Amino acid sequence: MGITRTPTSLTQSEATRGGIGESTLRPDGTLKVTGEFAYSSDLWHEDMLWGYTLRSTVAHATIASIDTGEALATPGVYAVLTYDDLPTEVKHYGLEIRDTPVLAHGKVRHHGEPVALVAADHPETARRAAAKIRVVYEPLPVITDEASATAPDAVLVHDGREDHHIGHVAHPNIVHRQPILRGDADRAAARADVVVSGEYVFGMQDQAFLGPESGLAVPAEDGGVDLYVATQWLHSDLRQIAPVLGLPERKVRMTLSGVGGAFGGREDLSMQIHGCLLALRTGKPVKIVYNRFESFFGHVHRHPARLWYEHGATRDGKLTHVRCRIVLDGGAYASASPAVVGNAASLSIGPYVVDDVDIEALALYTNNPPCGAMRGFGAVQACFAYEAQMDKVAARLGMDPVEFRQINAMEQGTVMPTGQLVDSPAPVAELLRRVKSRPLPPERQWETTEGADVRALPGGLSNTTHGEGVVRGVGYAVGIKNVGFSEGFDDYSTARVRMQVINGEPVATVHTAMAEVGQGGVTVHAQIARSELGVTQVTILPADTRVGSAGSTSASRQTYMTGGAVKNTCEAVREKVFDLGRRKFGTYHPAWATAELLLEGGRVVTDGGEALAEIADVLEDEVVDLELEFRHRPTQAFDLRTGQGNGHVQYSFAAHRAVVEVDTELGLVKVVELACAQDVGKALNPLSVVGQIQGGTTQGLGVAVMEEIVVDPKTALVRNPSFTDYLIPTILDTPTIPVDVLELADEHAPYGLRGVGEAPTLSSTPAVLAAIRQATGLELNRTPVRPEHLTGS
Amino acid sequence: MRVSFTVNGRPQEADDVWEGESLLYVLRERLGLPGSKNACEQGECGSCTVRLDGVPVCSCLVAAGQAQDRRVDTVEGLAGEGGELSPIQQAFVDAGAVQCGFCTPGLLVAADELLEHNPSPSDGDIREALSGNLCRCTGYEKILDAVRLAAARTGQAV
Repeated sequence: MGITRTPTSLTQSEATRGGIGESTLRPDGTLKVTGEFAYSSDLWHEDMLWGYTLRSTVAHATIASIDTGEALATPGVYAVLTYDDLPTEVKHYGLEIRDTPVLAHGKVRHHGEPVALVAADHPETARRAAAKIRVVYEPLPVITDEASATAPDAVLVHDGREDHHIGHVAHPNIVHRQPILRGDADRAAARADVVVSGEYVFGMQDQAFLGPESGLAVPAEDGGVDLYVATQWLHSDLRQIAPVLGLPERKVRMTLSGVGGAFGGREDLSMQIHGCLLALRTGKPVKIVYNRFESFFGHVHRHPARLWYEHGATRDGKLTHVRCRIVLDGGAYASASPAVVGNAASLSIGPYVVDDVDIEALALYTNNPPCGAMRGFGAVQACFAYEAQMDKVAARLGMDPVEFRQINAMEQGTVMPTGQLVDSPAPVAELLRRVKSRPLPPERQWETTEGADVRALPGGLSNTTHGEGVVRGVGYAVGIKNVGFSEGFDDYSTARVRMQVINGEPVATVHTAMAEVGQGGVTVHAQIARSELGVTQVTILPADTRVGSAGSTSASRQTYMTGGAVKNTCEAVREKVFDLGRRKFGTYHPAWATAELLLEGGRVVTDGGEALAEIADVLEDEVVDLELEFRHRPTQAFDLRTGQGNGHVQYSFAAHRAVVEVDTELGLVKVVELACAQDVGKALNPLSVVGQIQGGTTQGLGVAVMEEIVVDPKTALVRNPSFTDYLIPTILDTPTIPVDVLELADEHAPYGLRGVGEAPTLSSTPAVLAAIRQATGLELNRTPVRPEHLTGS
Repeated sequence: MRVSFTVNGRPQEADDVWEGESLLYVLRERLGLPGSKNACEQGECGSCTVRLDGVPVCSCLVAAGQAQDRRVDTVEGLAGEGGELSPIQQAFVDAGAVQCGFCTPGLLVAADELLEHNPSPSDGDIREALSGNLCRCTGYEKILDAVRLAAARTGQAV
């Protein structure tokens, strides 16, 4: 018996018909509710071993020695690997900068860094053997913040940097710095009637996807390896894995297993190389599954940030200028830090018109946990700060905070601080109007005929109040996020579409390498194929590396990019079908040559609705099979000195109104309602769109009032790597989330759509903070807000 | 050691079980029933929820030996013999309550148990009953919709 629970094709036929714009159901829905859907942690092979990773217990140290003898001698252990066992000269990997050791070499740079690997016949045997590996650490000074990182005599986190950012940073412990200068902020400031400044702190958030990092590596007879894994971008993984193994990419065959959420946390490698190394060393299949404790060390987090802002405005409510400085803590390895810097800088002033800006964003190397991609990617931290500033300026002017935002709201035709013209709808003022005009939830909403329902009060089932000391606040925020990969990156996606007749029915098969991580890309691909090809039966093949890259499931880009690729390839397939039809039937009917042709209901029809032929009769035994790449409009790098450049493809906008109730005596917050309005261009699947908005909103709520990875500032050790101590919102913490979806088409995008996934994560957090500020009168310059910030004790 | 118990109405037996193994591990790795999930393995997320003699438990916190001679019901037992989805399963699909789906099995088992003893729960009741099940994708709104939908459909059928 070989591998069980590998991914299978998803087929939809008669029961699910809808094309784009309809809320068709997920093709994997039934598998997911019966427990049959195969996630990467569910894989099983008859003679498989279990891999385990020994991780550093200190944040910064040289490794004096590693003794694996006792571990290797443990019965049931098949292999123990350290840096010295790596098979080639390539011993590092990384998304952009190859600075991350596969296994620590002479030094560890953060708490939880992989040091050694064990393969054994039982997971507990592997864990216990790993505990017998003796590592002697000699402590180094710990770099934890900007001051310690950029001190003249600071220890360098990475010696001898050769990456392409080192030439433009002031200190080797700065990964990347992006200034943006436009207009003349000094001169504009002189026009300001009010100037408001503030310093803000954004805590470290974890993606907290529920499916742990996991996968199965199976050694193959050709000396290669088959890897089944949960990831966001198969081909990016492949590019990093193969050189370390010393294998050509064609011998590392990757297949996407079921992915239990991602949110950016699977953009970097976790167990991929480790599993392959153990499989190739032992000649046996190796499964690695992190537990939750390890997962907190097994992926990068959202960059914590310190942000300084100065806003000026005239008495009539027009912004004069913005100055800001954003310092992101990238932790020990670069991961996506450079791109996060680019986003933070270019989106730092929010969706507002400001002609005169002086902006600086940078990311540090420190010995804190590595940080990289998470939903919202640099735009989240900035939005928290600029929206707090917007409220402060409005208050100083004595203006309504929503009206003040609307006065300054960008629109189509606005020029960004980067000089880029916004050339598609930007309904910022309208989104704010929509959330504001919604009726407020009733006061004292917790009251029932039988007394207070504590579940609706701060403190909840802890039964800490029946309404005493509880005050309400309402807050607003709006944000701007880029869609797709920016700054000149060659962002493309590939789709292969096959059309053939099976049992007399035309059938479409769609094959992409898109990582379905829960967002519903597979649903949308089937909808697109049905719409473009006029078929009812569509099969979605498992994502793997036998087809070209789909790019990452991140940056709100997959419906735009791989959806666009599927559309694009379907259109080409359709033309082939028409060509076949013209050759076969063209002489019988002039419309084949003269009319606009469509595929609908299994037939070739004219745009006038006349049926010309059954697709099945056109195709007969022919198979039309095409694999094509799709690209969005090219972008440009930002100038390293001025930040000018058409860096982004598309922008996406969401606004929130938060209603909170705060128990001011205990510092407990109940978010009562979190309404969202978002422009999505075109909702290809309205049910999924609303689900994305509600999910993103909730992650923003989490980092407003509960979620933070706490890192000891003296030791850089992570203090709460568990769901006991790192809290994410439960169904009791999460309020009603009414959603208002606008569809203003972007003419540059497939179907006019606008990426959806990230924008709601931006404005949710500052809206909640604004509401808490309104309820309490406190300044609250950091997120998440903890009870002690509200009680002052 | 050998552990014997009933899973979804069928007697099951697992051999060579190490004493420290959880019920979750034995279900997933020894009995070929990986529907119950392993999101935290510390009793916080509810993704491993099964019913032990009818009572919802986190199977990651139950030692396999504790299940000896007892009745275990997992997500794999919710659908009918012919594979037809149970009302709560169908409602999760229809309401869009499934995204990545990793929390879904635990939520289904918990929601099924709720509807068994409270066929028309208030929103507060639903939230309370499902408060031990974390979901990171949906923001819970569609999960509430699904439970309401299942309750309404079941109520109409009665």
